[in-house]
Amino acid sequence: MSVPARFLLGLRDGLPIGAGYFAVSFAFGIQARAIGLTALQAFALSGGNLTSAGQFAGLAVIQAGGGLLAMALTQLVINLRYCLMSCAIAQRLAPGVPLWHRFPIAFGVTDEIFAASVAVPGRLRPAYSYGLIAISWPGWAGGTVLGVLAGDLLPGSVTAALAMALYAMFVAIVVPAAKADRRVLGVALAAGLLSVLCALAPALRALSEGTRVVLVTLLVAGGAATLFPMKEPADGRA
Amino acid sequence: MDAPEGVWAHIAVMAAVTYAIRLIPLLILRREIRNPWFRAFLHYVPYATLTAMTLPAAVVSAPHPLAGAAGLLVAGALALRGHGLLLAAAASSLAVWLAQLALPS
Repeated sequence: MSVPARFLLGLRDGLPIGAGYFAVSFAFGIQARAIGLTALQAFALSGGNLTSAGQFAGLAVIQAGGGLLAMALTQLVINLRYCLMSCAIAQRLAPGVPLWHRFPIAFGVTDEIFAASVAVPGRLRPAYSYGLIAISWPGWAGGTVLGVLAGDLLPGSVTAALAMALYAMFVAIVVPAAKADRRVLGVALAAGLLSVLCALAPALRALSEGTRVVLVTLLVAGGAATLFPMKEPADGRA
Repeated sequence: MDAPEGVWAHIAVMAAVTYAIRLIPLLILRREIRNPWFRAFLHYVPYATLTAMTLPAAVVSAPHPLAGAAGLLVAGALALRGHGLLLAAAASSLAVWLAQLALPS
């Protein structure tokens, strides 16, 4: 497949990401305006971070008048899951891809872009990642600005419905893989169960969602790796 | 409301920390990992992460839990039948929107 074709494929697969981002960042823009950020500040925040939970938490820190260290720690904890995602992406990148590609690709490691990146059969190529980013980033940054400027244009029921697109995408990635491989099915079931338990358990409920995701991932993927280690050389997907 | 102080510094710190978290692993893990445990671990990471992000968040964050559940079921059913991301996402959004209309808020 040619580079433009991969880029276009990325754009297409990124369409639901961009739509979902638009809805979520619209809500973010409304909240940013509520605590006194300008449209330019909100645009820079969304455009430079490209992360949902981390940004909402960041707004809370700004609003509470927290220091820069508190901000750094908050972001570190909430966004630590990206570290695991980047590790997984590093292993899926096609061999021989020049090093500099890793800088823009890293910028685009979000829950959703990661999800689409690991769903491609075979190795990940930079052009595909750029297609995903090229359609997701404007959705995220643009939705934020519109949220600040025109927060009351979209009814809440529409934003809520669009926000579902992101979860639907996660489901559409996990389900076929689980259908094809019982070990993946086991991983998904265990992760879902554990995550719900963590959200309900009185002692663990206080964990932020980001921390919970990291914890569940480490436990479940670690357990699965102990039960089913992979000896054969990688061809992208086992 | 007045703009809170130091917003630009906060924005810069946020962006720097978040980018570092994403970039460092990509720069360190340049070679293919041989260790069978770690390779399997990274293979399973996406599925564990994606499921943990979806459950219970998709149900809890929906305007009505049943609307969220409906969206998940539609996405799951379409994915099971081999449909792509775009259709699953669109149909699931539509399902949530319709469910909101049907359910008492």
